[in-house]
Amino acid sequence: MQINDLINQTSEWLKGTGPNSDIVISSRIRLARNLNKLPFPHWASKGQLNEVIEKTTQALFKIDLLKKATLFELANLDSIDKQFLVERHLMSIEHTQKTEQKAVLVNDEENIAVMINEEDHLRIQLMQSGFNLFEAWNIINGIDDTLAKLLDYAYLPDFGYLTACPTNTGTGMRGSVMLHLPALVMSRQIERVLAAIAKLSFTTRGLYGEGTQASGNFFQISNQVSLGHSENEIIENINSLIRQIIEQETQARQIMLAKSKDVLEDRINRSLGILKSARIITSQETIELLSMVRLGSDLGMIKDIDRRTINELFIITQPAHLQKLENKKLSQSERDLTRAELIRKKLNLL
Amino acid sequence: MICDVCGKNPATVHLTEIIDEQMNELHLCEECARTKSAAMEQQFGLSDLLAGMVDFQKPANKEEELINVKCSSCGLTYADFKKIGRLGCGQCYDVFRKYLAPLLKRIHGSGQHVGKTPFKAKVITRSSKKKNDLAELKEQLQKAIQKEAFEEAARLRDLIKELENKKTKES
Repeated sequence: MQINDLINQTSEWLKGTGPNSDIVISSRIRLARNLNKLPFPHWASKGQLNEVIEKTTQALFKIDLLKKATLFELANLDSIDKQFLVERHLMSIEHTQKTEQKAVLVNDEENIAVMINEEDHLRIQLMQSGFNLFEAWNIINGIDDTLAKLLDYAYLPDFGYLTACPTNTGTGMRGSVMLHLPALVMSRQIERVLAAIAKLSFTTRGLYGEGTQASGNFFQISNQVSLGHSENEIIENINSLIRQIIEQETQARQIMLAKSKDVLEDRINRSLGILKSARIITSQETIELLSMVRLGSDLGMIKDIDRRTINELFIITQPAHLQKLENKKLSQSERDLTRAELIRKKLNLL
Repeated sequence: MICDVCGKNPATVHLTEIIDEQMNELHLCEECARTKSAAMEQQFGLSDLLAGMVDFQKPANKEEELINVKCSSCGLTYADFKKIGRLGCGQCYDVFRKYLAPLLKRIHGSGQHVGKTPFKAKVITRSSKKKNDLAELKEQLQKAIQKEAFEEAARLRDLIKELENKKTKES
């Protein structure tokens, strides 16, 4: 697989299927793992980093699910390609910096991505469409079991898996769920919900993980604590929190339908109208309007546009995706024109 | 939110200054914040927060001794860890164990891993270690009950249950 092949396909996790997929976009589990006797990436020499790449890729390619995966060496990618992989949620923004001896391994379905030499030697990620953390865990756990037989992990019985940053030590696991909560935002209840989440030692982030702001009604919620609880306990804790948020969002949607259906319907259709006819549009506006259209589709107010098309639009209207599609570098104002054109084409064809 | 200074980049640093009872809010991007005050750089990011937590628990009279502790495997010193907030290698956890254990407890609310284990490590070190862990935990549980620290007791009870379950599963 080449990087350009990705542009014509939809990632497995964007299909808009799976449990509660009206509110939950995706579920993700990542494991941080390091090799014994080799310094963590930030403290390692070039030779040691190469050793990490060699040892880990050898092991990774032995895993059935990754036999046909593609390894991208970051130093070989231009800045658009790197941004493109970030927009597809295949790697972190941090991984695009200081790219020597860094790599990312991606399977064809794009639901498994392994960053090599990011903050830790391995950051293994599994993404699922919908509310599906346990399924994601089962798959990634299997991968990790096989890797543990092939690699000598840095591990201590009392501290668990050892990571560069002590905040990831223990299970080395972070479970995150990406939620679409327009009704809680519109009814101004979201602040209360987010405050409660923070008190329970969970974190809320934006669409692109660490350091990004929540935007366009999208919130990524994940566990903060990785030591002292088993993986199953951590997932069960996230799940019970997410179930409550889903219930609150569902209620808020029902109340809005009962109390102000006309206003809601107007707002949703206006959003669709702008998307179908705008000539210039920023990515921020796109995200906000698509969020309304997605809500309209979830509530049955918009019938001819499915979730998958909307999910796809979220991704392909991002800056690097536009530039890959056009196959050239575009300035911000050129992108706003191209983006509007692409959205019009996609939505008016339906 | 856009940076108040350059007006271009998103503001990620939010500064509230109170001077003579006048509150002044400033929203800056990281770059402008750096330029604004070189000293502020010290306060950015998780690594510095962590380093701050390390400082917090440092016994005042042992500073010299602490700073010079060095990991024999990767050469990282405690001073390095304080500065960058990252360990150098897996071995560091053993070398700095005395100082890391309370830090981990502060971060995670617990200092004992109860999740999965890699097979190799399990074979070499788990079995003997686990018995000790269990005995020690049970002792702690008794103490907690005597002190009527029931929240702590409940946590220990769950931990013991899980360890015992795992042991029966393994054997």
